[in-house]
Amino acid sequence: MSTPALDATLAPAAGAADAATPGTARARTTAGLRGWAVRLGSLAVVVALWQWLTATDARVGLRFDRLPSPTEVAAEFGRQLGTGVYYLDLAQSMIRILTGFALAAVAGIALGVLVARSRWIGDLLLPPIEVVRPIPAIALVPIAILVFPTDEQGIVFITFAAAFFPIMVSTRHAVRALPTLWEDAVRTMGGGRAHVLWNVVLPGTLPGVFGGLSVGMGVAWICVISAEMISGEFGVGYRTWHAYTVVDYPAVLVGMASIGVLGWVTSASIELLGRRLTRWLPRGEGSAR
Amino acid sequence: MSAPAAEAARVDAGLAIRLEGVSLGYGPHAVLDDLNLDIAPGEILVIVGPSGSGKSTVLRAIAGLLTPRAGRVLAEGVPVTGPSPDRAMVFQDDALLPWRTVRRNVELPLRIRGVPKRERRTAAESWIARVGLAGCEDRLPRELSGGMRQRVQLARSLAGTPRAVLMDEPFGALDAQTRGEMQRLLLDVLRDTLATVVFVTHDVDEALLLADRVVVLGRGGIGCVLSVPDPRTPDIDRAGLRARIIEEL
Repeated sequence: MSTPALDATLAPAAGAADAATPGTARARTTAGLRGWAVRLGSLAVVVALWQWLTATDARVGLRFDRLPSPTEVAAEFGRQLGTGVYYLDLAQSMIRILTGFALAAVAGIALGVLVARSRWIGDLLLPPIEVVRPIPAIALVPIAILVFPTDEQGIVFITFAAAFFPIMVSTRHAVRALPTLWEDAVRTMGGGRAHVLWNVVLPGTLPGVFGGLSVGMGVAWICVISAEMISGEFGVGYRTWHAYTVVDYPAVLVGMASIGVLGWVTSASIELLGRRLTRWLPRGEGSAR
Repeated sequence: MSAPAAEAARVDAGLAIRLEGVSLGYGPHAVLDDLNLDIAPGEILVIVGPSGSGKSTVLRAIAGLLTPRAGRVLAEGVPVTGPSPDRAMVFQDDALLPWRTVRRNVELPLRIRGVPKRERRTAAESWIARVGLAGCEDRLPRELSGGMRQRVQLARSLAGTPRAVLMDEPFGALDAQTRGEMQRLLLDVLRDTLATVVFVTHDVDEALLLADRVVVLGRGGIGCVLSVPDPRTPDIDRAGLRARIIEEL
């Protein structure tokens, strides 16, 4: 889904090639257009199939007679766009995930670096972390309800717990895999721990850290939606589950689609930021500049 | 910064380095035992040895990156306990920070020392020009050839005005033609500095081209120390010395 960004970075390169070899560049543009046509066509076929199956109330092993059709879902989506509650739910879920995720990013990166750089801190902090790690964050819901005074804090905690582990673990591995050469170079310039941390460890581990951030964002969405379904009073997850309990299936699908779009937007932002910050990585030709 | 000229000269002068009964190694195995060596201020000392002889290890010990198992390394009579900006190091390859541009790589030692932004920018630019890379300031290391990257490393190590430059096979990964260019550039640049240079290589001709003195490092430690008569003078036949070194290796 990140192709638009990729094409945007490719565009200048393609333009430069245009002057040298117009034939190949034009061929590439035509191939690109054909690619887009195929992708859009593929989506259209799926939607059309869905429409046909639901309109004809097909029962072919799977039952499509109760599933809302795309037109019903679109109508419901149009209706919800006109209500204030829809935007309130979106905002609520976004605030929850961004708070939990930001806390997880800071704590995950800091702890990942600490336990990888200091054996002592590793011995001290890793045992409790390793014991909690295999527990799926969503299974922490009872604890969250018991420990936190408000549901809101509990939901943010669940989101935090979900995103924290992948971020911490990838940071730890990235720090361990860092070549010692860069650190040696900075030390022979008279750089101390802080210089090594700031000039070598943090920038050098960014590619690995961003891997963790992407995974973390994915699981954070799973958990924030689940937590909202269990204990929220607002939010896309709560609204979707609520629609299900009152048998409003088109609204359930609108909720699902909204979650999908939000998830995609946040993941794409992380991806884009990661590319921006790790532009120094050796990559394939073309996307380099 | 208007220190008296005499003091400036003293600070910039080359470092005297001394190895006293130094034993080096990683883990339980000693690579080298009981090394004794005196390196005079301002000289260019080249350590030649086959791979595995521990020549890089000696350099790391002088840099303070490796603590000797026994004996001590002295810089100006003071025991070396860790790295210092006085002893800059040039590595074989890929020691530039890949996320920093040429300019920001060269500025790094000055930044670590707390030199104000304007000053370090001027210093970095003049060093980049000095190694023939003017115009490449904003490029990233991955956009440079191997030879250009080593030029940047040279500029970076000298920008910090060290009193000793430790070079660990800096041209080992370059093709013959680029290596020749880099050797000429190095001699050219070093002419203006008083820094002591310890240069490690496995290439006997490179050693004879650069050195005041050549240390031959064999499996058992220092084989011999040879002075090069009329160092760095072109068109002198050094076949005798060359044969002597190869015999020692």
